[in-house]
Amino acid sequence: MMGARRRQGHRGFFALFEHLDSTIDACKALRAAGHKRFRAYAPLPEHNLLEDGLALKHSPVRVFTLAGAMTGAATGFAFTTWTSLDWPLITGGKPLMSIPAYVVIAFECAILFGALSTVIGLFINAGLPNFRPMVAYHPACSDGCFGVYVTAPPAKADAVKELLDGFQPAELQEDPEGFDV
Amino acid sequence: MATVDVTNRGALPNPDVGTYEDVNRDVLKVLGRPGKGWWMLFGIAAAGVGLFLTSWFWQIYKGIGVSGLNAPVGWGVYITTFVFWVGIAHSGTLISAILFLFRAPWRQAIYRASEAMTVFAVMTAGLFPLIHVGRVWHAYWLIPYPNDRFLWPNFRSPLVWDVFAITTYFTVSAVFFYLGTIPDLAAARDHARGLRKRFYQLISLGWRGTDREWHHFSKAYIYLAALATPLVLSVHSVVSWDFAMAIVPGWHTTIFAPYFVAGAIFSGVALVITLAVPMRKFFGLEKYLTVKHFEAMAKLCMLTSAIVLYAYLTEYFLAWYSGEPPERGSFWNRVFGHYWWANWIMLTCNGLVPLMLWFRRVRRSISALFVISIFINIGMWFERYVIIVTSLSHEYEPWAWGLYRPSIVEMGILIGSFAWFGFWFLLFTRLLPPVAIAEMKEVVPPPMRGKEAVS
Repeated sequence: MMGARRRQGHRGFFALFEHLDSTIDACKALRAAGHKRFRAYAPLPEHNLLEDGLALKHSPVRVFTLAGAMTGAATGFAFTTWTSLDWPLITGGKPLMSIPAYVVIAFECAILFGALSTVIGLFINAGLPNFRPMVAYHPACSDGCFGVYVTAPPAKADAVKELLDGFQPAELQEDPEGFDV
Repeated sequence: MATVDVTNRGALPNPDVGTYEDVNRDVLKVLGRPGKGWWMLFGIAAAGVGLFLTSWFWQIYKGIGVSGLNAPVGWGVYITTFVFWVGIAHSGTLISAILFLFRAPWRQAIYRASEAMTVFAVMTAGLFPLIHVGRVWHAYWLIPYPNDRFLWPNFRSPLVWDVFAITTYFTVSAVFFYLGTIPDLAAARDHARGLRKRFYQLISLGWRGTDREWHHFSKAYIYLAALATPLVLSVHSVVSWDFAMAIVPGWHTTIFAPYFVAGAIFSGVALVITLAVPMRKFFGLEKYLTVKHFEAMAKLCMLTSAIVLYAYLTEYFLAWYSGEPPERGSFWNRVFGHYWWANWIMLTCNGLVPLMLWFRRVRRSISALFVISIFINIGMWFERYVIIVTSLSHEYEPWAWGLYRPSIVEMGILIGSFAWFGFWFLLFTRLLPPVAIAEMKEVVPPPMRGKEAVS
């Protein structure tokens, strides 16, 4: 969901869950209660949590992949064509514009550009690398536990805390200051 | 990511891995202090790298004449070993990308090690064209760059395609490998202390495992796998065209691309078995690399061995059926000529020995698979030697026939290349989690409050 950094004056709650279904239910309840600014943590790409709990749909990364691959193919063709015309030199009795041979170069460039642009797309969308101090994080979230971090204005804070408590978290931190990781 | 039915435990590839915490504990303990055995292997590998560099520097100092390469055999052990290592690289991408798209649940435990193998094998292979060109200080001429004569490489040449294919393959497989490790590096970071923690902090890029990160990560992973799949098939096809585009008898055939790709997967999976057997034992990963995994890899070997054997027989048949004396002569020379022994090593190791894999008991015996995998590694090196050397030594005109004998420098570089590969692989097993932690958790039942599975 949205950013986890607390707004000025807002309260933050970090709940650590030992069970996947509690985490999903907590996320669903938060969404039902109209909360948009919360974030879930998981040790694996758990698609039930992502799709069911958080209703995440398409990722814009695919646009990066497609654009990169098409740019690559175009670059490959353009480059081979241009260099053949830049210094016209007949080799092996083949036409100057040997399209079948250039397909190989264009193909490799399509893959290369597509892959690199996918990584760029991932980094932009997922906000990586992220070397800011970790405000809310628990090392157990890379081990066997799940986490949910919610920020809310003071007026709603008690309701949020009660909601999270209802799902029996293993740990519930108020206004966490972060871990040294 | 992968959709695996985790409610039926018996069907899981790793039924003995109970919880997520088990995965972290068992895999991260491998990253501790290395034991004596590791240091010994590392010492041997480092000595081998020394041999490799000494041989290469000697060749640079004296010139390419210290190798056995000469007319008519201008491609010998260097190109053979180049093709061998490119082939080895293929299984990693097959397991990490193709089996990922096919949702094979046994790939999770093995894919990290095989992907690392891919990256290091391409790193090894990439050195051989540089060694082979002799005057390595001119090797950058392979890359199209605006030079002062405005001359460009000949893009009609398969050798230039190769430059593009290999550099793309190295870049994409390295990126794919690194990207997959990021969540596991975060797990290592949360577990480590001191200087190690700083190291993992830096290379895990501040991964937190948030929903936003996972969401884009899993999508990016699918797209990368979708790009890597055609790439892996193209790379060895392009390598095969280095030969098939030439009119040398024994090379100029259309079956080369699929034949090379099948051979590449065959040899690559065999090397994964060779490396996974000791890894499993030394690092106590028996619960992760189970007999099921080895059996699945054995089946891949079985299939690709059948394809390779079929390609050998097709080549013989077509040489006879073509009615072309040079073509017939070339294949007659392969089987009964000067290099008959290389050809028979190839046929025995790649065609006959793997026939044992048709027995279920052999496929489920890890020690038998280890031995067979070594035979396959040897056989696949000789396959490339047979294709390259015997064909060049016996082309069209009898007065141009000639023999080739590898020199001691070439043998030093060949042996050294295995050490160079082992050097990196050993470093990998100590610095990066050798089993994919986050992906392993996909085939472990998630912790549930209630008994019912999440719909």
